[in-house]
Amino acid sequence: MTEAAVDHLDPNWRNSRAEPETFEFDAESEAQIAKILARYPEAKKASAVIPLLYIVQKQMGRQTGSAWVPRVGMDRVAERLDMAPIRVFEVATFYFMFNTKPIGKFHLQVCGTTPCMLRGSDDVLRACKDAGHLKGYGDTSNDGLFTLSEVECLGACVNAPILQVDDDYYEDLDYDRTVQLIEALKRGERPAPGSTIGRQTSAPEGGPLTLLDVPTLEGRGGN
Amino acid sequence: MALQDKDRIFTNLYGLQHWGLQAAQKRGNWDGTAGLIAKGREWIIEEVKQSGLRGRGGAGFPTGLKWSFMPKPDPEGRPSYLVVNCDESEPGTCKDRDIIRHDPHTLIEGCLLAAVAMNARAGYIYVRGEYYNEHLILQAAIDEAYAVGLLGNNAAGSGYAFDLYVHRGAGAYICGEETALIESLEGKKGMPRLKPPFPAAVGLYGRPTTVNNVETIAVVPEILRRGASWFAGFGRPKNSGTKIFCIQGHVNKPCNVEEEMSIPLRELIERHAGGVRGGWDNLLCVIPGGSSTPLLPKHICDDVLMDFDALREHKTGLGTAGVIVMDKSTDLIRAISRLSKFYKHESCGQCTPCREGMGWVSRVMDRMVEGRAEIDEIDVLEDVTKRIEGHTICALADGGVWPVQGLIRHFRPMMEERIAAYKARHAAPAMPMAAE
Repeated sequence: MTEAAVDHLDPNWRNSRAEPETFEFDAESEAQIAKILARYPEAKKASAVIPLLYIVQKQMGRQTGSAWVPRVGMDRVAERLDMAPIRVFEVATFYFMFNTKPIGKFHLQVCGTTPCMLRGSDDVLRACKDAGHLKGYGDTSNDGLFTLSEVECLGACVNAPILQVDDDYYEDLDYDRTVQLIEALKRGERPAPGSTIGRQTSAPEGGPLTLLDVPTLEGRGGN
Repeated sequence: MALQDKDRIFTNLYGLQHWGLQAAQKRGNWDGTAGLIAKGREWIIEEVKQSGLRGRGGAGFPTGLKWSFMPKPDPEGRPSYLVVNCDESEPGTCKDRDIIRHDPHTLIEGCLLAAVAMNARAGYIYVRGEYYNEHLILQAAIDEAYAVGLLGNNAAGSGYAFDLYVHRGAGAYICGEETALIESLEGKKGMPRLKPPFPAAVGLYGRPTTVNNVETIAVVPEILRRGASWFAGFGRPKNSGTKIFCIQGHVNKPCNVEEEMSIPLRELIERHAGGVRGGWDNLLCVIPGGSSTPLLPKHICDDVLMDFDALREHKTGLGTAGVIVMDKSTDLIRAISRLSKFYKHESCGQCTPCREGMGWVSRVMDRMVEGRAEIDEIDVLEDVTKRIEGHTICALADGGVWPVQGLIRHFRPMMEERIAAYKARHAAPAMPMAAE
């Protein structure tokens, strides 16, 4: 069954909304594309397929509030990189981070793999469902604010459990702090990513036990 | 005695200082790089060999030897490539993330030195897609290095030309496998290639390529500056050096820490991670090196050393040194079952034993969690895992079945009890013996 046929059967309007008629890169995207293409040999520019699909997804996020990759976007990438459209489609559907259907404004991605599970990812999931009014993985809230996904290990295991909101990791969560985070997002706030208990990144809670005796700087220059 | 701060390579592991070039140089990065390059390819490879450095990405292959497989410069000027694997997706592993966001110049300088050793004129750092904020920092650090001439033509004033790029993946564990990574970097689905030919002969864009883990590359500058014998002085012979351990799960204070290789597991957990939750006697088991490595029950954890060879003696491995600690409150069968689900999700689908096998193992493990199985299905499960293992192009399927084998090896009675308890609750006719 083709995906279009699935869409017809889907009672959820969000999935049948949608494939836009056209997609063109905007000026911001074009500037990024120029930088990206400079990284690869001209004859090997297919290497840029993942970066360009990200650009499509980001631009859709800017323009529609839903960061996803429509079919016409894939076709534009194929044209730009002299690739067969099917090759781009393959890549867009092989890799997990491309949303091939519209999603909510915020993408709540719960890490459910064992290291996070041991530290309470079940509570994080429950908090996302309760506060975001979500039925479960794959669901988008009725107000279009949140889409809930389960992701595999995010690679921040000493700060488990993790919730990734769009590109940002929120770490050391529990039920209450996850609810607080989601409520803040609803209010239009964007809490700073990182540990939600004030830990220094991956150092043990309470402060580093090592690296206390390395050269210190006069000031922490730069940004 | 524990590793001292003066012997730590990643002096900004926790980001207490700034990641930028100025701060990095004060910490000793980029010190005399041109002088190291001037000593030449053979010297670099020999020092790395003498240091005993083994790959930090899981397989533990001797790094100097790997580099020596790279051919001499092509007479027609065609390039060789260095590819750095920062796909870091092995559950339990989060060390490379700290390197690229807090100590990126250790990696960038390492890339230049490694490139000289393998005659590479360009390098790509493949960063997993989820590390979005981290990749921005790494890119900014590379931009800084270009701005002051540490990369590009005449890199670091050495006369060597070297370009370095960041490439983001998009959420596929399989791209941590080196040939899948190369495929992905070429703009394809991340499906592993058959070996041979090995990447050192035919790699990225068909050219000689070496793929190394981030940590492997990032320790090279300090090895060359301080000497092979300094690095080789840590850990047991053939397991030398320092290593970042990611200690997590049921410990009081999960953390990353750079320690000496061959440190006893118990000391590692108690010194750095605040000990096991509820005390050492509350320990059930430890997965010592990331999800692919079979677990160790407490009685082995009591005195096992954390290095390649000691862990192999116990039929497990150091892997990526992601130490997943589980106390007695853990539903261990569920914990391992969740790993089976992970491998099912991440199988690229190319080889039948993996594509079908990971799903089959995951479904059977789901039943084992409930106990909805027959006792002799444990044997069937173990038998099937052995038929999957070693029958695929890459090691994903091996890594996918090892955790299950470890569970059966050490905790079979627990699985049997679970089945018996289920049967007691459902005193109905026995389930037919079936695979699904």
